[in-house]
Amino acid sequence: MREIDKVFKALADPSRRQLLDRLHAKSGQTLNELCKGLDMTRQAVTQHLGLLEKANLIAVQWQGREKLHYFNPVPIHEIYERWIRKFERERLSALHNLKSKLEGKRP
Amino acid sequence: MNEDKFVYVIYIAATPEKVWKALLDGEMTRQYWGRENVSDWKPGSKWEHRRFDDARTVDLVGKVVEFVPPRRLVLTWADPADAADVAKHTRVAIDIETVGDMVRLTVTHDEFKPGSDMLRKIANGWPRVLSSLKSFLETGRPLKTWA
Repeated sequence: MREIDKVFKALADPSRRQLLDRLHAKSGQTLNELCKGLDMTRQAVTQHLGLLEKANLIAVQWQGREKLHYFNPVPIHEIYERWIRKFERERLSALHNLKSKLEGKRP
Repeated sequence: MNEDKFVYVIYIAATPEKVWKALLDGEMTRQYWGRENVSDWKPGSKWEHRRFDDARTVDLVGKVVEFVPPRRLVLTWADPADAADVAKHTRVAIDIETVGDMVRLTVTHDEFKPGSDMLRKIANGWPRVLSSLKSFLETGRPLKTWA
């Protein structure tokens, strides 16, 4: 499977997006931390993390005996570079902020 | 216990030597990064991240911590305004490993101090630089964002 196919496949699952959201909010978490408060078995989380790692959406680093997971935004940035032109960026960002403000979500 | 730490990973179809050269060679960084990294690259020496404008503006400063070609480069990383204030310096480790016929380039940026402005600056910066480097090495063309 090509790199970009792995990224889209990994992002297609809501549980995996939830894991990415949690790592985006707080990078560098252990499996135990990530499992807390999730409606998923430990095995399921492990499997999802493996798929995310293969897609290069998370990076793993060891700190002593702890395996820490970090969100890696690089593949998503490559998608952005592929389809968003330089002159469109500011206006798209303004539209995004407008939507967030009106809908009451943080930008 | 975990202070802020960012890990960026990119796979590039190139040799470790090529990636290493692309990080240090000003003619190459100019094309995909728009800046040059200037130093004698001896551990303990200063390094500077300079623009190619007439004033050769310095955007970042720091010291060389480790220099192990073509595998590992560790630098301290600071705003020029904080050059003398070591407490505000952050740390960047760049690791280059061979994985099959690719290179895995890992940038680990940590030691951010509370209230540091550096966090905001790098959050956009590294993915852009790394995507541009990959494009430059694999296709000969950097990303247009640097034009």
